[in-house]
Amino acid sequence: MNLTLKIWRQKNAGTKGSFATYRMDDVSPEMSFLEMLDALNKKLVEEDKYPVAFDHDCREGICGSCGMYINGHPHGPVPAITTCHLSMRYFKEGDTIWIEPWRAKPFPVIKDLIVDRTAFDKIQIAGGFISVNAGAAPEANSILVEKKKSDDAFDSAICIGCGACVAACKNASAMLFVSAKISQFALLPQGRIEAKERVRAMIEKMDEAGFGNCSNTGACEAECPKQIKLTNIARLNREYFKAY
Amino acid sequence: MNKILFSSISKKFVMALAGLFLLMFLPVHLVINFLLLKSDPVPFNKAAHFMATFPLVKIMEVALIGVILIHITWGIYLQIQNWLARPVGYVSGNKSETSFFSRFMIWTGASVLTFLVMHFFNFYFVKLGLVAGNPEDFYTLAHKLFKIPAYNYIYLVCFSLLGFHLYHAFSSAFQTIGLNHRLWTPVVKVVALIYAIALPAGFAFISISLWLFR
Amino acid sequence: MGKLISKIPDGPLAQKWTKYKASVKLVNPANKKKLEIIVVGTGLSGAGASSALGELGYSVKTFCYQDSPRRAHSVAAQGGINAAKNYQSDGDSIYRLFYDMIKGGDFRAREANVYRAAEVSNEVIDHYTAIGVPFARDYGGTLDTRSFGGVQVSRTLYSRGQTGQQCLLGAYSSLNRQIKKGNVTMYPRREMLDIVLIDGKARGIIARNLLTGEIERHAAHAVVLATGGYGTIYYMSTLAVNSNASAAWKAHKKGAFFANPSFVQIHPTCVPQMNEFQSKLTLMSESLRNDGRVWVPKSKGDAREANEIPEDERDYFLERRYPAFGNLVPRDVASRAAKERCDAGFGVGETGLAVNLDFRDSMKKQGKKVIENKYGNLFEMYKTITGIDPYEEPMRIYPAGHYTMGGLWVDYELMTTIPGLYAIGEANFSDHGANRLGASSLMQASGDGYFILPNTINNYLADEIRVPKISTDNPEFAETEKAAVGILNKLISIKGKQTASSFHKRLGKIMWDYCGMIRNKEGLEKALVLINDLKKEFWRDLNIPGTISELNMELEKAGRVADYFELAGLLATDALNRNESCGAHFREEFQTPDGEALRNDEKFAFVAAWEYAGEGNPHILHKEELKFEEVEMKVRSYK
Repeated sequence: MNLTLKIWRQKNAGTKGSFATYRMDDVSPEMSFLEMLDALNKKLVEEDKYPVAFDHDCREGICGSCGMYINGHPHGPVPAITTCHLSMRYFKEGDTIWIEPWRAKPFPVIKDLIVDRTAFDKIQIAGGFISVNAGAAPEANSILVEKKKSDDAFDSAICIGCGACVAACKNASAMLFVSAKISQFALLPQGRIEAKERVRAMIEKMDEAGFGNCSNTGACEAECPKQIKLTNIARLNREYFKAY
Repeated sequence: MNKILFSSISKKFVMALAGLFLLMFLPVHLVINFLLLKSDPVPFNKAAHFMATFPLVKIMEVALIGVILIHITWGIYLQIQNWLARPVGYVSGNKSETSFFSRFMIWTGASVLTFLVMHFFNFYFVKLGLVAGNPEDFYTLAHKLFKIPAYNYIYLVCFSLLGFHLYHAFSSAFQTIGLNHRLWTPVVKVVALIYAIALPAGFAFISISLWLFR
Repeated sequence: MGKLISKIPDGPLAQKWTKYKASVKLVNPANKKKLEIIVVGTGLSGAGASSALGELGYSVKTFCYQDSPRRAHSVAAQGGINAAKNYQSDGDSIYRLFYDMIKGGDFRAREANVYRAAEVSNEVIDHYTAIGVPFARDYGGTLDTRSFGGVQVSRTLYSRGQTGQQCLLGAYSSLNRQIKKGNVTMYPRREMLDIVLIDGKARGIIARNLLTGEIERHAAHAVVLATGGYGTIYYMSTLAVNSNASAAWKAHKKGAFFANPSFVQIHPTCVPQMNEFQSKLTLMSESLRNDGRVWVPKSKGDAREANEIPEDERDYFLERRYPAFGNLVPRDVASRAAKERCDAGFGVGETGLAVNLDFRDSMKKQGKKVIENKYGNLFEMYKTITGIDPYEEPMRIYPAGHYTMGGLWVDYELMTTIPGLYAIGEANFSDHGANRLGASSLMQASGDGYFILPNTINNYLADEIRVPKISTDNPEFAETEKAAVGILNKLISIKGKQTASSFHKRLGKIMWDYCGMIRNKEGLEKALVLINDLKKEFWRDLNIPGTISELNMELEKAGRVADYFELAGLLATDALNRNESCGAHFREEFQTPDGEALRNDEKFAFVAAWEYAGEGNPHILHKEELKFEEVEMKVRSYK
């Protein structure tokens, strides 16, 4: 199929960017979205032009590297998948595809479609851990965890940190991301011990980074490739009140 | 301490509590308004008098004004922060599936505020003596206003927007104060829908009755 | 053989590690703060080592090429993590886990290391549980296990199909804790360009800041490589597309021996290639073979839809060839059988490089619901990728490069042949012999990082306490930096026509065709010629737009591909040298009359450790003889 791509090109953080238009002919519906961009980049490099820069790594939907805002949706219009899993068969002949980087103040554009997501790391560094040194742990089965809670903790823990929640939210809020980590540890007895310090520190760091405030629109949940639930945000709120 | 009071979650918490407080006030107002449908002005005026003079209600009134102010200033404050969090928007728009009305809270809120200002000039300031009129006969005052078509148009539009505002606000407030439950949240959503339709509908019913059928 | 001192402690196998720990030199806490350690890579081993070393009080500098340490490819491991916990009381023990690994690796691993890996597996699970990794649990609240990879006990702990992710995020969280404490400084988006040696000891690295192109010097008292495997040498594999061997290869060129490079595991059940632009082969869990039947049409080039091919025209080749194990033969056997059919022209799909994995009969027998409960997630994932609904049509699968058992040679202390340079996790060669058992990669990487290296590195650093902070002003840093920049400049000034990826793809095809799951002398010799020709073409016709002093992903790729050309040569050489079939290394000339691997214990019970002898010179082979004191070498059979 033949497509028109409108891609955000920006040389670096300091320069102004703009959209560039590329025609892509003979795109196979079996390609993934990133493979389609690979094909474009091959062409550009062969013409000695700068290829479109984008983050990507595992290409199987688990590392959280890739992330583009495609036609009004983070990771494209298909729910519950990452950009690398987005297949070109969801597009049709003659489509124009708008490809933009994540847009949020705490995620400044580095180049083209690459944004700086270190704000997420900073939030995790602030408290996203359980303080046990290697070798200090008790026998694993001495900590019993209710199966339901353990399963719920897992459902929260599967966040891949891609930033789609922030990208989707009209307020660029990071609450879904933060709540997923808080929930994982809040649900497990191992995590309860320092639950208060954790939630305070992580929220403080989140606010410091300049993310917007949650207004419960649910866009994050709708776009999360791992289908992290809004219930996590309610739990985060509860955990926060409990911490004071 | 500032960090705690002014953290994003605390601000939202204050917004939610203020909102919930306001949610409780509206049905009271609606019940009193229904007295306007009576042809006898006395019950309504009595009720209005009671609301204006009973000490406990007076305290509540101060609280109410305070809560309204907090809700408004916090709402605007949060919204500005939210705008600042995305200095560059998307050319391809935002097509994420969201609860529709949640996207326009600041605007539906602003229209409610506009109405509120009008309402204060029409009634509350009269009571305070800031604006000319008879504070002991709001019944007649109201009936007169509802005979003006333009007033009814504004009234109906604002209450529709209030409904939109309330629909998201109701369940959102529960989420913000941390109440999200597998079984109860769907119930809250149904109650929110009923509330968001019934309440504006009640006010609208009074407006239309007085305007067209009196 | 003089250069290979494995430092295996004396004494009975089961007491070696305990004895080692009790007698090893220690560094006092005040001195630890003054000692710096560089860790490259943030997968399970790298993040684990960084946090454990940080917890001990060392000053750690950790590097990764990704934007965040959380994205290292350990994140993609699906199945689970083995431990000798014996939670099911099914007769498991450290010894049994050790034995299964030694046997699974076809007796080509070092006994003492494997036993230790099994030994620390229990500590690994305790640690992950304590730091909040949500392993699956039973209703009573205890940890659940499942059986995996054809072993007879249930010893695999898991977090649904995302065990690697959960363990890695656990390791990432403990790393974060040390970053917060200031014990670890994190350098993301950095690529290691070379190791700096001072007086023969590893004293630092030259790194490129991938955002700015800036070349940085980082010094330390010891350097740890946790940079993973080299499976992307096949271009397409189950690895992350940016995974690479450059750090390990640069270390190799500086004097670290590279061991058993030809031992590469090919995983049989992956989503096959569907178009020429495909960049990645996604793994589908091995468990699918429990209920799926593998088949190809009986007639060559049959273009009919799978469902239109009647029963008597289907060749269930695994069931035909291996009546006892059928579809459940081990990974290497299944992979080879599928390749054999496709090479003979019976493959399905547009490329002919796929076989069917059919659930029709199981759904008929057990009901669709049961199959959905077992494999629902996997079926969804398959449908997402391919658009084919496995409930309606058979899945198509094909083998893909998955894990490299080979890697930098290390001694018992996980030190390479360069003093002060360590290799942990998949980057070293140590514990899996010629073939890795399922769910043991997470176990080994975590064990290396959290529990082994933090003990063994003290033994080296104890003698370094008088060495002051290493300065990056040493001439060795300047020299190494100059050489590294020289390579970058050389690459970028070729100004030819072709992209790095297109060379990588062609290299991958050579490797897959001649150095993949079936090898022979003729093919390997041909591969060596082809690799060399392509390498020359690469250095003549590569194009990289832009400059070296900016974010330049084409430059990154080119550097990695350049190293792969060299490693590819060594891989083929090693495969050519190993005149036997063992584990994942299958040489056509060495098989039993019925097509099974034929090991030669007399001549090849050794680790092939290759020494770099300079540009253009052949590598020098050093043999570490493998002595089996506890176990007896046996032949694997699946008939």
